[in-house]
Amino acid sequence: MKTNTIAAIATAMSNSGIGIIRMSGEESFEIIDKIYRGKKGEKKLSEVPSHTIHYGYICDGEKVIDEVMVLVLKSPNTYTREDTVEIDCHGGVLVMKRILETVIKYGARPAEPGEFTKRAFLNGRIDLSQAESVIDVINAKNDFSLESSLHQLQGNLKNKIKEVRRKIIHEIAFIESALDDPEHISMEGYSEKLKEIISELSLELKDLLLSSENGELLKEGINTVIIGKPNAGKSSFMNVLSGKERAIVTNIAGTTRDILEEQVNLDGITLNVMDTAGIHDTWDTVEKIGVDKAKESLSRADLVIYMVDASTVLDENDEEILGLLSDKKTIVLLNKSDLEKSTTENMVFSHLEERGMNHPVLSVSMKEEIGVKEIKNKIKEMFFAGEISFNDEILITNVRQKSFLQSALDSLNMVRQSIEDEMPEDFYSIDLVSASEELGNITGECASEDLVNEIFSKFCMGK
Amino acid sequence: MPYLSEEYDICVAGAGHAGCEAALACAKLGLETIVFTVSVESIALMPCNPNIGGSSKGHLVREIDALGGQMGINIDHTFIQSKMLNVSKGPAVHSLRAQADKSGYSQEMRRTLESTDHLTIRQAEVTELIVEDGIVKGVKTFSGALYHSKAVVLCTGTYLKSRCLYGDVINFTGPNGLQAANHLSESLKENGIELFRFKTGTPARIDRRSVDFSKMEEQKGDERVVPFSFSTDPEEVQIDQVSCWLTYTNKDTHEIIRENLDRSPLYSGMIEGTGPRYCPSIEDKVVKFSDKERHQVFIEPEGLYTNEMYIGGMSSSLPEDVQYKMYKSVAGLEHVKIVRNAYAIEYDCIDPRQLYPTLEFKGIRGLFSGGQFNGSSGYEEAAAQGLVAGINAAMFCKGKEPLVLDRSTSYIGVLIDDLVTKENREPYRMMTSRAEYRLLLRQDNADLRLSKIGYEVGLIDEERYHWVVEKEGLIEKEVDRIQHVKIGANAVVQKILEEHGSAPLKTGTTLAELIRRPELSYDDLAEIDKDRPNLPYDVVEQVNINIKYDGYIKRQLKQVKEFKKLENKKLPENFDYNQVKSLRIEAKQKLNLYQPVNVGQASRISGVSPADISVLLVYLEQMYRKK
Repeated sequence: MKTNTIAAIATAMSNSGIGIIRMSGEESFEIIDKIYRGKKGEKKLSEVPSHTIHYGYICDGEKVIDEVMVLVLKSPNTYTREDTVEIDCHGGVLVMKRILETVIKYGARPAEPGEFTKRAFLNGRIDLSQAESVIDVINAKNDFSLESSLHQLQGNLKNKIKEVRRKIIHEIAFIESALDDPEHISMEGYSEKLKEIISELSLELKDLLLSSENGELLKEGINTVIIGKPNAGKSSFMNVLSGKERAIVTNIAGTTRDILEEQVNLDGITLNVMDTAGIHDTWDTVEKIGVDKAKESLSRADLVIYMVDASTVLDENDEEILGLLSDKKTIVLLNKSDLEKSTTENMVFSHLEERGMNHPVLSVSMKEEIGVKEIKNKIKEMFFAGEISFNDEILITNVRQKSFLQSALDSLNMVRQSIEDEMPEDFYSIDLVSASEELGNITGECASEDLVNEIFSKFCMGK
Repeated sequence: MPYLSEEYDICVAGAGHAGCEAALACAKLGLETIVFTVSVESIALMPCNPNIGGSSKGHLVREIDALGGQMGINIDHTFIQSKMLNVSKGPAVHSLRAQADKSGYSQEMRRTLESTDHLTIRQAEVTELIVEDGIVKGVKTFSGALYHSKAVVLCTGTYLKSRCLYGDVINFTGPNGLQAANHLSESLKENGIELFRFKTGTPARIDRRSVDFSKMEEQKGDERVVPFSFSTDPEEVQIDQVSCWLTYTNKDTHEIIRENLDRSPLYSGMIEGTGPRYCPSIEDKVVKFSDKERHQVFIEPEGLYTNEMYIGGMSSSLPEDVQYKMYKSVAGLEHVKIVRNAYAIEYDCIDPRQLYPTLEFKGIRGLFSGGQFNGSSGYEEAAAQGLVAGINAAMFCKGKEPLVLDRSTSYIGVLIDDLVTKENREPYRMMTSRAEYRLLLRQDNADLRLSKIGYEVGLIDEERYHWVVEKEGLIEKEVDRIQHVKIGANAVVQKILEEHGSAPLKTGTTLAELIRRPELSYDDLAEIDKDRPNLPYDVVEQVNINIKYDGYIKRQLKQVKEFKKLENKKLPENFDYNQVKSLRIEAKQKLNLYQPVNVGQASRISGVSPADISVLLVYLEQMYRKK
């Protein structure tokens, strides 16, 4: 069910300080009443005075999600001029996400990019001179959202969603053909058949929802790129971090030709680790592609791990790498420090200094697993200090996609309910259409034209 | 020699289903109206199937009637069989379809036109449009007569540069061998109007005496006939009905068709026009659905006083000799005699995106159009547009606000919005799946939805409107009462429930809750509803539906509320969207091309994204505040 009450995370998506989830629209108070529990039990926030703040808990049924302060702001003296609720929670990424998801579960929908600002403007809250910047916000955020939803959606998941949607549209087309041409197309026994199809499709959607729970729809986390010359130990580092023999580790330089990706959880901080082919001048075309990709993934990196092989000297390849790191949050690892050192920490420092950089440098050994704890601590330290963070739009997009999946599943449940209630067949297609539209929001496809095409191509109608 | 013949308020070109509605609406609204036709005998001609209504088309007829149009009344007087389709399904898709006595239908409409004040019928071919400074001034006919007028409504149907084809035979005529209109297209192009070429087709007509009905299944009409018009007394339509007959094609039929495909103008490339996918020729069906072993064929009478019968399901443009072979392969048609050949017809029509939702041309003030000329197909679609075009031509002359029906009000609104907003590559047919709020847009409540509009326009009289208002009140009151009637779990109640195969009550409930059970209805529960008032049938029907589908109806009402928000945001006329810098290039181009009337319409144009709509909303607000 579409609603006009929107919700979003209003603060930066980092693990520091306080997080704010904001909700705006007619149903804001109704929703907060369902999920807020005061310290002394029942308290209805819909009944408290405007512009007051309340201590309590956000709960999903019996489950307490977080201890919060809730700010109740009644229309019209709010940013959007609508009823608004602000939930101040602990700043953890996971906590913020779970509160946002709870708010959505109880009736809000994820805000479109720039939607709060848009509403503020349309409701006369923002001054005319700011109109252009409102449009810019909408455009900028939307560009990213479009890109992330269409391009970053994992290929196989996207195909699965498309497939489910296609199957739904096929059923709608059948029903509609039979309604338009009842004398040609019979619906006898169809309800039973549809019930089975709905069960199968629901299972597939549940699987997809599970993937979204695990953040697999769009990869969430700090994009961490490991870079260095061939055989500097990048793959070993990745394996040490993830605790798996994931990348192929040999002592032959240039083994990692493609990018390997792994999600690593460091005490609640998700790293999206990308291992790249080593950078060095190469004529080998396969490897050349790997090098180009490495450079490309650097551009998306939130954190760079630069692996230096202490057993070799710094050469022009290292110079090239250093040239790419000036505006990147970077940790330099001096690997193989258990072996005889051709390159020392001081030598690395001076190279960095020459280029005006002061990235931290740690001496480690991946083979002996020396310094692993220090690396982890360093990353955590940087994250909590707010030096590194990740693009929060991905997380938001994930929440949005998940809510579309959930709505699609809800719609299929309504179809099942209609079948069980022995409603006439035309009622089935009402919720099937909603389901296909929700999925179309993820895949970027439009329902009406697809439906008409399916009707005409699959079912023979007419005089 | 051109000469000035007469002056009228409104000229209507064409007297088919669109032209008749347009002309009648204009004349009834007091405007001096002249309607041109190439042949007076062809007024309200049904050159294809002998039915009015059918799935979703029946809705259109009901809506036309509620707005004060003629089609419903006309078919109520001239039908020979009637059926409510989809009765086993939900009320939203119930749809009336009647077999018409074709010549009766045509004559009845002609009589109505002839007896309407302010309406003149003229047999003449309109050849030129007179336009000065972007405003229409009248028309010129083939004889050189000039007719000046304030508004013109084009309803030329399938007659513009039409040609009929079967095999390698081409006749440069309109349907049924009627004279084509070969000149107007040029004049339209000179006035900057963009034309499409569409095609459609019709099956053969055969002699009833040559048909062996013993090999076919009889298809009877409903025992109790429901009239189309809300103004028709239901008792008047309980007539003796005639039957239709069902038979099937078979493997032999399909083989004959396949062997001769190369002789079909469709497959030889002789036909250029785009045909409708929903109304495929039998050739198309055999090719596209090659796995189907048989297709249904309906043999339908063309009228009471003719032996001609229509072969529903087998339209074709195959050569005459193949038509004989193909039809004779069908059970019951072994000795069939063809009266008229099947043929395909090609004609000029417009790209309807040149129209406003009022059906006025964006480029030429006072010029309106309706029907197949606008790229639609079907009698009902034509009549619906003709009515709206006629009403708006009249409003234009009177200097009043035009009538625009949005998608939440009616199938007519959906039809027109689709035509003027979406890319249309084939003749457009109404389908229930096109109406997103179809639970609200039922054929049974068309009067409740639209009579007020018909009354305000001036086509529905005081008396009829007052009954609708009264009916509305009765429904509301009864729905409210039903929701408050408490039903206890007593023996009488349990017995009634058992009789209807419904589970017994465990605790008390309301009457409304019981009506919501699929196996029960309002009528079934009369016995346990002591205070039930005596209400007319149509009120009871509404009460039952409103109670039974309450949840779904409320959901759609909520969706409509959202829909209206964008629909109510008007966009300026002739606006240059290049001024809105942040719109994407494709959106700018499309918006400039379409010039949508409101943000809702803009949002339905393909190539305009939700982000573009946000930008547009912000821009509008900005403009509004600057004023």
